[in-house]
Amino acid sequence: MLAFLIKRGANAVFVMLAVALLAFTIFRFFGDPVEMMVNEQATQEDRAELRERLGLNDGFVTQYTRFVTNAVQGDFGISYRNQQDVMVLIGERFPATFELVLVATVISLVVGIPLGVITAVHRNSRLANALQLGSIVGVSLPSFVVGIMLILAFSVSLGWLPAFGRGETVDIGWWSTGLLTPSGRAALVLPAISLSTFQITLVMRLVRAEMLEVLRTDYVKFARARGVPVGRVTWVHALRNCLMPVITLTGMQIGNLIAFALVTETVFQWPGMGLLFIQAVTFVDIPVMAAYLMLVSFIFVALNTVVDVTYAWVDPRLRDDAAKAGGANG
Amino acid sequence: MADLTMTTEDSTPAPLLPVRKSRLAAMRESDLAFSFRSHPSAIFAACLLALVALTALFAPWITPQDPYDLAALELWNAEIPPIWNVDGQWPYLLGTDTQGRDILSAILYGSRISLIIGFASVMVALAVGLSLGLVAGYFGGWIDNVIMRLGDVLLSMPFILIAILITAVATASLPTGLKDVLAAPILIFAIAVPSWVQYARTVRASAMVERKKEYVQAARLIRVRSWRIMLHHILPNCLTPILVAATLNFGLAILSEATLSFLGVGMPPDQPSLGTLIRIGNQYLFSGLWWIVVFPAVQLCLIVLSVNMIGDWLRDALNPKLR
Amino acid sequence: MTIRHLLMASAAVATLAGTASAENVLKWGANRDIGSLDPYSYGDSFTINVLNHVYEGLVRYDADLKIEPALAESWEILEDQVTWRFKLREGVTFHDGAPFTAADVVASLERVSHETSPLKGNLPAYVSSAVVDDLTVDITLNGTYPLLLNDLTNIHIFDKEWMEANDSLLPTDIGSGTEGFATYNANGTGPFIVESRQPDAKTVFVVNPDWWDEPKHNLDRIDLTPVTSAATRVAALLSGEINFTNDAPVQDLPRLAAAPNVKVLEGVDLRTVMIGFPFRDTLVSGEPNPFKEKAVREALYKAIDLELIHEKVMRGKSRVAGATVAPPIPGYVEALDTLPGYDPEASKALLAEAGVPEGLEFEFNCLSDGLVNEEQFCQAIASMWSRIGLAPKLDVAPRAVQTPKRTQGKTDIYTLGWATLPMLDAYSPLLQIFHSKEGNSGVFNWGGWSYPELDGLIQQAGMELDVDKRLALETQALGIVKDEMIMIPLHQQPMAWAVTDEVAEMPLFPDNKPRLWFAQVAE
Repeated sequence: MLAFLIKRGANAVFVMLAVALLAFTIFRFFGDPVEMMVNEQATQEDRAELRERLGLNDGFVTQYTRFVTNAVQGDFGISYRNQQDVMVLIGERFPATFELVLVATVISLVVGIPLGVITAVHRNSRLANALQLGSIVGVSLPSFVVGIMLILAFSVSLGWLPAFGRGETVDIGWWSTGLLTPSGRAALVLPAISLSTFQITLVMRLVRAEMLEVLRTDYVKFARARGVPVGRVTWVHALRNCLMPVITLTGMQIGNLIAFALVTETVFQWPGMGLLFIQAVTFVDIPVMAAYLMLVSFIFVALNTVVDVTYAWVDPRLRDDAAKAGGANG
Repeated sequence: MADLTMTTEDSTPAPLLPVRKSRLAAMRESDLAFSFRSHPSAIFAACLLALVALTALFAPWITPQDPYDLAALELWNAEIPPIWNVDGQWPYLLGTDTQGRDILSAILYGSRISLIIGFASVMVALAVGLSLGLVAGYFGGWIDNVIMRLGDVLLSMPFILIAILITAVATASLPTGLKDVLAAPILIFAIAVPSWVQYARTVRASAMVERKKEYVQAARLIRVRSWRIMLHHILPNCLTPILVAATLNFGLAILSEATLSFLGVGMPPDQPSLGTLIRIGNQYLFSGLWWIVVFPAVQLCLIVLSVNMIGDWLRDALNPKLR
Repeated sequence: MTIRHLLMASAAVATLAGTASAENVLKWGANRDIGSLDPYSYGDSFTINVLNHVYEGLVRYDADLKIEPALAESWEILEDQVTWRFKLREGVTFHDGAPFTAADVVASLERVSHETSPLKGNLPAYVSSAVVDDLTVDITLNGTYPLLLNDLTNIHIFDKEWMEANDSLLPTDIGSGTEGFATYNANGTGPFIVESRQPDAKTVFVVNPDWWDEPKHNLDRIDLTPVTSAATRVAALLSGEINFTNDAPVQDLPRLAAAPNVKVLEGVDLRTVMIGFPFRDTLVSGEPNPFKEKAVREALYKAIDLELIHEKVMRGKSRVAGATVAPPIPGYVEALDTLPGYDPEASKALLAEAGVPEGLEFEFNCLSDGLVNEEQFCQAIASMWSRIGLAPKLDVAPRAVQTPKRTQGKTDIYTLGWATLPMLDAYSPLLQIFHSKEGNSGVFNWGGWSYPELDGLIQQAGMELDVDKRLALETQALGIVKDEMIMIPLHQQPMAWAVTDEVAEMPLFPDNKPRLWFAQVAE
């Protein structure tokens, strides 16, 4: 187990170093940082002096090492556009994105699991077929189109829910939450639904596939034979057996959701990390881009590693394989 | 032994045993054909996709206007509503946008861009993924290590993020003139880069199994070149899961292109794809010019939906477990 | 664990109670965020305008845009004609309670005119300043200069001790790798105090109870939220999430006006939208630059259907312009406000005569977050130029991306909007745009032209203290600009604000700047 842990940890560190190399390369060679920092009246000497001061004349390895050392300490420098500490900027936005992703995940589980069970149990019924078709529609609708349509329907035509922003937020320590105020909760509804559409269909399809397997097992057949009510067999005994993969999928998808939230955040002007990133992209604010890339990849890698380690802990046979297969994919 | 269990993304079936090729193909063909005929949704999706592809392909001959030719746009004709509206005007069936661009023409040209980018990015990813996967699985050793580690790194960053970064870096560092010309290739590249890994992993697993088989060892002994072995013996065995994955990825690639363009890092406004049209139209949601955003959105959804329906059907039809 | 939860809950309740007590809230949805809380770190009208609620200048514009005393009560020009003596207002305090004195004025002027300050061009004539006594300050200029007061309206005064304590005496230096304190904190004398700021998300201002002036507004709080998407801004206004926007999209005005709870305030902005030409020897592509020839510029001018752009793109809300400054600006004369007449055939003839090759490619640089409907009118103009046989390459991107290209001559034709702010005088574009690029002059002369005769007139106007003579010189200079077609004017852009019925009073100013110290919300 220890060997496996070390192997898996080393793999995660390697991946993060490689991501850092990518982030650093963008940071260093894409656009000239000096040109972005100085104002238009700066002379050639000003520029050269700044270049020296920033250490841009050092060797590649030195600069990369410095970048990684700073990154480990959470220091990504100053945003070109806001002239503010990048980690502070991202830290302020993190709660908004996290709450959005959290609520979207909950919605996807609450809606996706029952739908998956229904389509599996009533396989080939008209309802199940309709739901199956619906799930294909669900993966086919671009989330920005869903968002625009939701705004058009619920904000513009009906006027029920806000079209943008987070509503009133409450600070608990450094964490600002929108979950405690009515306007904050209302503002969360449309973005969370639009973010969860894709995820709902994923959960639903997974539950359906797992349920189909489980329903064939002797265990379920015995339960039925023993006279346990059908509903109870399905919703308690069988479902319990498919939850593990669902939880795994949900865990690993969180990284993807955080990244994909940037589309939702753009549509709803949701003040999260994704919106910050998209603005950084349009304004070529490299430090913010690099930091966001590192942070999201870190969450991604960390979640995958945790999932792998948990699995290996539950099922020792997997240790060897998983170590070979490297990072699980999303 | 451990290598057998390696495809973690495996909702697709394990490679079938090598049977003689022609028979296998024939059998599958007939099965597929039968399955296709009995799935109305698959037929519907295929017809829809064919229609979209044909109209997109022949767009220059059937549209009233070349929406990319700046000189053809006439501001006088801006904001004409669809033809069934009282203010509608022939030949602008679906109306015009704020520059006097015919929406139907823009949609057909936009679909063309979306389809080309989607298709090309899948092809590039396939070519890269299959060759790297074969090489990694067949040769093993450090080559395998390098390729698979690279794959790990790519998979540890969200797809959409890699694509955005690539397009953003490329567009910001290219001069304006080149940027326009290269917009589509950049997008193809950006979408292909994060998606080749999946193919590579599938093929690699299959190659690792096959290379230990006797017939490969025998082929090696009689000095058949390694690329021939790979091409003729290993590749056919993993075509089924690859085909399904490629179809579904085609839909995903079209979606990704649209998303990037919607975010403003994709196709520029003077050569709009469907995503660009939706981005532009989104500004006019409240001004009554609904046709600028609704028609491109519908077309985009229809394309992705039909591709996904075909992919879904293919997966079920080719999956022996579900028969 | 439970105790911590309790603490958190009570903290949450406390914050809630804090926000609930503020009654008169102006919820302002702007089309973009301010760049910084430091007015000197970001040479940008909107940022300075918003920060004017927090910081003030020695003088200010009143409701009729006439200059009136603010932090200075009176002023006089001393005998040497180049030194101005300002008597400062007594009893003014900064938000942190520190008293306002002459030392603060000197420190602020030094900061804004420091060579690393992006705003040094806004105080072109400044040489030095000196404390005379606690409430008197002398400002020395580089010559006789009539427009110092106009400049000073937008030079915000900082507290010297506060800057010293927080290492902010110089403009923020991003190169040092640390945040400037003033970027994120503010301490002015103005009617509102910055309560909190989250860049691109929300900036909250609360009323300053100790403001020296009698407030005409009844606001307790201003929530400034940038809502960059025009459609979202409209939706937010219709649903009441914001109750004021200073940028209502022109295409949505009918819809907004039809809504029962929304009022649209419309006018024509002072900002003149112009197109600038490159005067360098080669284009970005490396080809020889034909735009150096006046005939070619004229051809491009005549190819633009100004009326059509006015009608379709600007929805009849703009004012088609023939002059480079708007009618209310001193220096404007009607004789210069004539249109060339749309004539694409004449354009083609001119191009052919000048030997411009068919299909000539050049870059056309526009902003995606700049002028009203800029992307659309740029596309329209690009298509009009295509029709006379040219091949413009439209390059649309945010200001932050385009500005370096423009200032470094890495583009060909570009757009520019100029409202003569904060000076409100034709001298402003003459000095900053049309003068040759040297020192503080011609900072926005991105095309790189140089007309010695024009420079001479501008310099003369800059030293002429007699208003009529000065304006005559300015008009003469504008005449050269028009004859030479250095830049071609398109229109004065429309301005449209919108408020919901929660707002009772919102004066619209022709310089398109919200001055919320005149605003009233319905009680």
